[in-house]
Amino acid sequence: MKKDKENAYGDHISHDFNNDLAALKADFLKMGGMVEEQLNNAVIALIDGDGNLADEVRAKDKIVDKLELELDEEATRIIARRQPAAKDLRLVIAVIKMVADLERVGDEAKKIAKFAMVLAEEGQAPRGYIEVRHISSHVSAMLHDALDAFARLDSEQALRVMKEDKMVDEEYKAATRTLLTFMMEDARNISRCMSVMWVLRALERVGDHACNVAEHVIFMVEGEDVRHSSVETAEKVVGR
Amino acid sequence: MNTMNPSISAKADRRDQGAEIPVPQDKPEDTVIEEGKTVGKPFVNDPKFKLRNVNVSYGSDRAIKNISIDIGKHEVISFIGPSGCGKSTFLRCLNRMNDSIQICRVEGQLMLDDEDIYHSKRDVVELRARVGMVFQKPNPFPKSIYDNVAYGPRIHGLANRKSDLDEIVENSLRKAGLWEEAKDRLDAIATGMSGGQQQRLCIARAIAVSPEVILMDEPCSALDPIATARIEELIADMSKSYTIVIVTHSMQQAARVSDRTAYFHLGHLVEVNETNKIFTSPQHELTESYITGRFG
Repeated sequence: MKKDKENAYGDHISHDFNNDLAALKADFLKMGGMVEEQLNNAVIALIDGDGNLADEVRAKDKIVDKLELELDEEATRIIARRQPAAKDLRLVIAVIKMVADLERVGDEAKKIAKFAMVLAEEGQAPRGYIEVRHISSHVSAMLHDALDAFARLDSEQALRVMKEDKMVDEEYKAATRTLLTFMMEDARNISRCMSVMWVLRALERVGDHACNVAEHVIFMVEGEDVRHSSVETAEKVVGR
Repeated sequence: MNTMNPSISAKADRRDQGAEIPVPQDKPEDTVIEEGKTVGKPFVNDPKFKLRNVNVSYGSDRAIKNISIDIGKHEVISFIGPSGCGKSTFLRCLNRMNDSIQICRVEGQLMLDDEDIYHSKRDVVELRARVGMVFQKPNPFPKSIYDNVAYGPRIHGLANRKSDLDEIVENSLRKAGLWEEAKDRLDAIATGMSGGQQQRLCIARAIAVSPEVILMDEPCSALDPIATARIEELIADMSKSYTIVIVTHSMQQAARVSDRTAYFHLGHLVEVNETNKIFTSPQHELTESYITGRFG
């Protein structure tokens, strides 16, 4: 099963079935690409204080929502018409679940864009933006890697994403502490710092969703559900 | 703008990757199967049938190659695999239906409740009363519904009085889910019934002699979806009292009715496992290819 991963979903007797699965994969990655872009733009809008870009992100979230509905419909149609089994079934099930995670990432991006507008209006020297920059590039790379792992059916890469999530959690805790000291320093910072805190929280959630996507990729490739289990268990599953 | 993360530029490539329709690299025929090696769980704790190193050949053609498997008590097990994989041949070994084929030779250990099925002193008629069979096409005798069911008990001397026989017929028809439809026309000729009813009559006929095992060779392939659903419902009910072995071409049927599923390929038993496992994450590449519709 491990060799020849790129072609893993082709060569059905039915060409239409090949096409259906290829389209499902492509559409999922299209949604993934869009969500990645939304996230990156939201963070750029925040750091650059770009209200127009933040507006754009909020408007585009509707498209992400629409893609979620379309993908769910596509997956349902495949189940109804093709009755997929084994790895095909796992692909379809994993897509249904991962789509929900991507949609949530989209929501988090929208949330960040909302705070970008709030913070831009207040227009003071940013506090905590270093942390935002740092964590956002981390979670955005995780999301990227998780989607890449899906495209290449690379469970080892998915496992690496799972491990990254622990680090993001630590970074989030450290950033929270830093912001708390800013707030203690001067009570006038509290309102701004709280906004930044919400942004950090949103980013941390993105990391969780990227981790979920990675877990579904492992399920898809290895046939074993590693959700709610330790990284060590996941390592065993992937290393078999 | 994109300096934060290089991911955006890489996205387009990945999207193309996902969209391409791949060309098969490995044909399933290229996969080497090791003879006598079955992945998954071929053995159970309390077997009804214990089958070891079974080989079947028709003249010089080997149809079954060194298969070992247990079939559990009160278990429903499905045999699946592409045409010519040996699943029907193997099924027919279980009540010696292959005896009538002159060139067919069966070797290995085939035990039913620790008794040798192929022992030279074995009474085949008694064996077939214990191990009943239902065939692909319903094959009722051109007699009345009553006589079809009563035939087995009569020749096996299971009923001394008419009232006993009536009871056996009624019970068998009830178990086969046919009583309500047939009770008012027990004297009507069986071949006048619908295909699904005929097949249920054949099941009633098999049940009438109180078998321990029922073998079914594609029992639903000649039936419509409703009749199929009724037979499957019946299989689920019967599994409480009988061991059931089904050969089927319909993978969905195997997935729906059986506890375990066995995958045959070119005379080899490739994989046996719980049905859930086989249909969500099979271990063998060939099983995967077959159940996902990549060859067959």
